[in-house]
Amino acid sequence: MKTIYMDNAATTRVDDEVLKEMIPYFTEKYGNASSMHFFGQEAKSALEKSRKIIAKEIGAKSEEIIFTSGGTEANNLTLKGLFFWNKENETGKNHIITTRIEHDCILNTCKWLERQGAQITFIDVDAEGFVNLKELENAITDKTIVVSVIHGNNEIGTIQDLEAIGKICKKKGTLFHTDACQSFTKTTLDVKKQNLDLVTLNAHKIHGPKGVGALYIREGIKIVPLFHGGGHERKIRSGTENVSSVVGFGKAIEVANKKDIEKMIVMRNKIIDGILKIPNTRLNGAAPLTETKKGLFNKAPEEKRLCNNVNISFNNIEGESIGGYLETFGICTSTGSACASHSLESSHVLKSIGLTPVQANSTLRISISKYTTEEEVNFLLEKLPQVVDKLRKMSPIA
Amino acid sequence: MSTITYSKKVLKEFTNPKNMGEIKSPDGVGKVGNPACGYIMQIHIKVDKNKSGKEILKDIKFKTFGCAAAIATSSMITQLAKGKTLDEAEKITRNDVAESLEGLPPVKMHCSNLASDALKKAIEDYRKKKKLKKIIPAVTAASSVVVMGK
Repeated sequence: MKTIYMDNAATTRVDDEVLKEMIPYFTEKYGNASSMHFFGQEAKSALEKSRKIIAKEIGAKSEEIIFTSGGTEANNLTLKGLFFWNKENETGKNHIITTRIEHDCILNTCKWLERQGAQITFIDVDAEGFVNLKELENAITDKTIVVSVIHGNNEIGTIQDLEAIGKICKKKGTLFHTDACQSFTKTTLDVKKQNLDLVTLNAHKIHGPKGVGALYIREGIKIVPLFHGGGHERKIRSGTENVSSVVGFGKAIEVANKKDIEKMIVMRNKIIDGILKIPNTRLNGAAPLTETKKGLFNKAPEEKRLCNNVNISFNNIEGESIGGYLETFGICTSTGSACASHSLESSHVLKSIGLTPVQANSTLRISISKYTTEEEVNFLLEKLPQVVDKLRKMSPIA
Repeated sequence: MSTITYSKKVLKEFTNPKNMGEIKSPDGVGKVGNPACGYIMQIHIKVDKNKSGKEILKDIKFKTFGCAAAIATSSMITQLAKGKTLDEAEKITRNDVAESLEGLPPVKMHCSNLASDALKKAIEDYRKKKKLKKIIPAVTAASSVVVMGK
C-alpha cells in the first residue's frame, strides 16, 4: 500500500539536497570543530557557514546564534537560562509570562520553574488562538524577565502578531522570546522588525535532520547555560557540535522557498474547503482568507495561519479512530484527542480556544509539506468522508 | 502525538467490527463512559431461552464513540457474549476481553476497556425490567414507551 504522509507538523522528510550536503561530514570531513588541525578547521568553517545562513534568515548577526539539540533544548535554555541568571545575580526578577497554547516544552519548563521560585502568568487566547494583547501588556511588571509566545502554533496553525507583541515588550522594557519551530521559513521572522530578543529554531520541521536546533540570543543578553563543559558556543552550550546536522540545517534553509509556500497554501485551502463540505465539521484556528470572505471568521488574513496546517473537529466521532481508519488507506495524520495522548487528556491548545473536551477529542490535524501532491490531497478528500460516515454510524452520540 | 501501538487483533477488530448497530426494542441497554474522556459505549441485548430453559443472549449489538481500543473491545465483547447464558456473559471480565484481543496497550487497559461493564449494565437493565414486569405489567408497558420515545 502506498503511504501518504500528512503529519509534517510532527516532522518532515529530509530533503535530498540536505542529505547530500550532510554525508561528507560523516565520512570525510568528520573533524571536531574545536580541533586546531585541518579536519577541525574544515568542520569549524562548515559550522560558521550554517550559522551565517541562519542569522541572515532572521536578520541577526552570526555571533547571536547558538546551536542546540533542537527546539526543546532551546526553549529550556531560554527560560531556565534567563531565570537562573536573574536568580544568581539577585536582580529581584522572577516573573515569566507565556500563553496557554505553548508547546509542552515551554509549559512543563514553566511548571518546573514555578517550583524553583518563578512566578508564571499564562495569557489567554481568543477563539482563533490569538494572544490577548491587552492582557499580556497588563501582566508585565518590573519583576518580569521574559515574555515567551509561540509563533506558529503546532496544533491549530495560528500565527501570532509578533510585531505587536514585540512593541509591547519594548515599551515595557522586558525581554521577548518566541518559539518559531513551526513557522521558521514559512512566514516572516525578523528579529529587528519584531523586536525579538530570543528565538527558538529547529531543522527537522523544514526538511532538515532531527536533533539540531538553534537559539538566537540578542547580543548583550546574559544567560546561564544548561550544560557545563568545554565552553562551546560562546560558553552557552558546551558539547561537541553536531557538525553534519548543523550543515543540514543550513542547507534546509537554503532550499526553502516562496514557491513551495504558495503551493502549500493552495493545497491547504483545498483540503479545508473539501473537508468543511462534510456536515457538522469546524475548522480550528485562524481561517485562511477564502474562508474569511464567507464570514466564518473576520480578522484572519493569509499570514495568520501556517501554510501547512489543517485542524478540523468532526462532531460525535473520536479523533484517534478517524486517524486509525485513514491509516488503513495509508494516510498518516494526527489528533488532539485525549485517547492518543500520553496523559489521556485532550489538547490544552484546543481547550484554550474554547472547544469542549468532546470537540477536542474529535479533532484531526492534517499537516502537509512541499512533497504533498494534488493526487494525495484528492485521495484524502475521497476517503475522509467515507471514514466519517462509517464512524458516525457507529457513534452512540446523536 | 501518539505513541500507542496496538496488537494485530485489535487493529483487525477496529477496522472490521462485528455486531455494530442497535437492536429494535432491545430487552436491555447498557451505557458506560464519558465523552469528555473520549469514549462512550452502548450495548443492546435481546434475551431468549435455550432448550434447557436458560436465558441466553440471542442478539447483542454495540455503538461506540471512542478510539481504536474502545471500538475493538466493543466488537470483541459482542462476539464473546453472543449465545452465552446471562450468567456466563456476566462473568466475562475486562481481562478476558483484553486477552481475546492479544493484549491492550497498558494506557488503554482501564479507560477503553469498559465493554464488559457495558454488557453487565445491559443485563442488569434487562433483569430490572423483568422484575418490574412481574410486579406491575402496566408500568412496564408505560416505561417501554418512554424508552422508545428516547
